Amino acid sequence: MYTQGLDGDIGPVREAETADEKALEARFQAKIDAEIRIEPDDWMPEGYRRTLIRQISQHAHSEIVGMLPEGNWVTRAPTLRRKAILLAKIQDEAGHGLYLYSACETLGVERAELVEQLLAGKAKYSSIFNYPTLSWADVGMIGWLVDGAAIMNQVPLQRCSYGPYARAMVRICKEESFHQRQGYEIVMTLAEGTPEQRRMVQESLDRWWWPALMMFGPPDSDSVHTAQSMKWKIKRVTNDELRQKFVDVTVPQAERLGLRIPDPELKWNPERGHYDFGPVPWEEFWRVIKGDGPCNRERLAQRRRAHEEGRWVREAALAHAEKRRLRSRAA
Amino acid sequence: MTENDWPLYEIFIRPRNGLAHRHVGSLHAPDPEMAIEMARDLYTRRGEGSSIWAVPSSAIAASSPDEKASLFEPAEDKDYRYPTHYKIPSDVKNM
Repeated sequence: MYTQGLDGDIGPVREAETADEKALEARFQAKIDAEIRIEPDDWMPEGYRRTLIRQISQHAHSEIVGMLPEGNWVTRAPTLRRKAILLAKIQDEAGHGLYLYSACETLGVERAELVEQLLAGKAKYSSIFNYPTLSWADVGMIGWLVDGAAIMNQVPLQRCSYGPYARAMVRICKEESFHQRQGYEIVMTLAEGTPEQRRMVQESLDRWWWPALMMFGPPDSDSVHTAQSMKWKIKRVTNDELRQKFVDVTVPQAERLGLRIPDPELKWNPERGHYDFGPVPWEEFWRVIKGDGPCNRERLAQRRRAHEEGRWVREAALAHAEKRRLRSRAA
Repeated sequence: MTENDWPLYEIFIRPRNGLAHRHVGSLHAPDPEMAIEMARDLYTRRGEGSSIWAVPSSAIAASSPDEKASLFEPAEDKDYRYPTHYKIPSDVKNM
């Protein structure tokens, strides 16, 4: 579902020192500049590898944690059709997490280690999943705004310089194309419904709008590693450019349904050819990222519980494999 | 192993960086290194590849044709997994 353009610390990276290392780095950059993808066995600078491990693992964790707010509504979906759709969507998110963990493993990191980091609370995931889903309208809002923002972010990642990540993104974008439409359909149904349904959907938009804009990560002025990521073509478009694009396409979609965007400063600027919008509440963003959002503790506790409660399944699978191995040896 | 029972290897070629390895066929070889050398001669004589994987055929677990229905039919009635299932008015853009 998404990577937040968070820079984060990748620890000390040793600079190229010898003439050999400098030559390798120059050749590496020449390949990137020529749009030749980097594959797992190719030489790559340590900083490139670590930046990718951080970004891809955060992306994978976000897919996994992203199942929780939606899972909250499975048993209360208003119709069987909506329930089947929601289950299919959550199933996709699990799959996307697994594609991304696989891509990350090609960089020489163990999946178990990544999962352990998430459960220990040491890894980051998208801030958006630390907000609660209080009404059914929130399920629609997640599809429309959260998946809409994710798609905007992920489309350029299909051209990321690292082959396994780019290929995972192609698959994810293709599968995700229904997520946004089903969300908009829910929002549209409520917006065209009773006065109570209209109030419910407007209240939901009021809560999700700013957190959705935060999904693109901190402003470019605060993203110290953006220039390096752009040079390596891990990142193709900056956080602020993506955010602007999202506002430009989403505002008309809201207007079409008669919904009001909760931003008094939002206004079309004919000179720029873009919407101007008010300041994003970055204090809230940093608070949520640092662990103090509305649901941070709940999400991690739920993830840990699921991991523990699923232990017997993993053990049973191993026992079954062992039983089959012994049986085939006896035969 | 004798000269008549070299194991079978499945060969996967990456056409160029950025694309995944694709299965191209199989060959018999005495060991994995020679399988790669032989695959080079057999499958990449015209610059078809930039990377070769050789996997012992015995290491591949395959689904059985008899299980086709039970494996794949459940996906057939889930039209809602496709974007076209959702009716969005045509004047709503970028969706």
